[in-house]
Amino acid sequence: MKSRVIVITSGKGGVGKTTTTANLGTALAMTDKKVVMIDTDIGLRNLDVVMGLENRIVFDIVDVVNGNCKLKQALIKDKRFDGLFLLPAAQTKDKTAISPHQMKNLTNELRKDFDYILVDCPAGIEQGFKNAVAGADDAIVVATPEISSVRDADRIIGMLEASGLNNARLIINRLRSKMVKRGDMMDINDILDILSIELLGVVPEDESIVVSTNRGEPAVLETASRAGGAYRRIARRLMGEKVPMLSVDEENVNFVDRFRKILKLAR
Amino acid sequence: MALLDIITRFFAKDNVSSKDVARERLRLVLVHDRASVSPEFLNKLKEDLIKVIREYLEIDEEALSVDLENEDDSIALVANIPVKGFKRAG
Repeated sequence: MKSRVIVITSGKGGVGKTTTTANLGTALAMTDKKVVMIDTDIGLRNLDVVMGLENRIVFDIVDVVNGNCKLKQALIKDKRFDGLFLLPAAQTKDKTAISPHQMKNLTNELRKDFDYILVDCPAGIEQGFKNAVAGADDAIVVATPEISSVRDADRIIGMLEASGLNNARLIINRLRSKMVKRGDMMDINDILDILSIELLGVVPEDESIVVSTNRGEPAVLETASRAGGAYRRIARRLMGEKVPMLSVDEENVNFVDRFRKILKLAR
Repeated sequence: MALLDIITRFFAKDNVSSKDVARERLRLVLVHDRASVSPEFLNKLKEDLIKVIREYLEIDEEALSVDLENEDDSIALVANIPVKGFKRAG
C-alpha cells in the first residue's frame, strides 16, 4: 500500500487538532495499519500527553533532524498497539528549530515503514504551519461551529491551496446538536456552504473526550464514546470506505446538493 | 423545535436566530479576508473615487458608500454615489 502523509490543521488553536490526530491515529492502528503521528508543535508539545506516552520520551523531532539520534530511536511505540508510533515535538526549542525541507525529508523517510503518517500541525500560519504541510499529500482541516474557527479555517484552506494541497477535507468538531436545533449554532450545511470543501466527518461535543484526555487514553478505545465512534467512522473514510454520515449525532447532510456545490465552486 | 422554544422565540425582542447572525457576519468578514481587503484600503479607494468623480459631478460625499459584496460565487465592488447635480461644461 502506498503510504499517505496527512496533515491535521486548523489555523485557530484549541479546536481539537491534537485530539483528532490522537484519535485518528489510534483508530487506524486498531485496523492493523502501521501509523506514526508526528507532533510538530515545537515548544508546546501535547500529543504525548493526549496519548498517555509522556513518560517514554527520550529523543524528539529536533534531535532527529539535528542528527543527535537515529529516527527509529526517537519513535515511541504506543502502549496499546504494535503498529502505532509517536514522534514527539521538542519542548525546549521553537518552531524555527526545523525547516520545511527537513520535515519533507523526515516524512519521506517514514514513508518506507508506515501506511499513515499523521502530522499534528501547530496553531497559526507561521513557520510551524509551513513545516507541518511541507511533506503532506493530504490535509484535514478541523473547525468548530464558531465564527472565529470557521474564519481561520477559510484562511488555512487558502494557504493549503497555495502549498499545492487542493484536496483538504473538513472535520467539524464539537458540534452541539441541541444548540443547532435551537438555531444557536451554525449547522453543517452553513459551514460547508461558506468553506466549500468536502466534509470528512462530524464529531459531536462529548464529555468523554475530557475524560479520555485526563487518562491519556484516546476516546476511540471507548466503545460507548459518541465522539470516539465518530472518529472511528472518520478513520474508515480516510481508508477509502464509504461510511454514511449519521443523522443522529452527525446531523443531516444533503449529499447531492453538497456534491453539486463542490463541482460548481472552484475556489 | 420544542414548543417552548417557539414561544420563547416568538416573544423574544429579535427573533433572528444567533446562528443566522453568525453566518451573515462570517460571510461578510470572509469577503474581505478572501479579497485581502482592509477597511483602510476601502477608505482610501473611497477617497480616490470621490476625487475623480468630483471633477465631473456634484456628489453627496457624506452619503457615498463603497463596499465589497458577495453575490453567489462572485465578489462585486458596489459603490452607491448619490448625485446632487451636474457640473456645467466649461
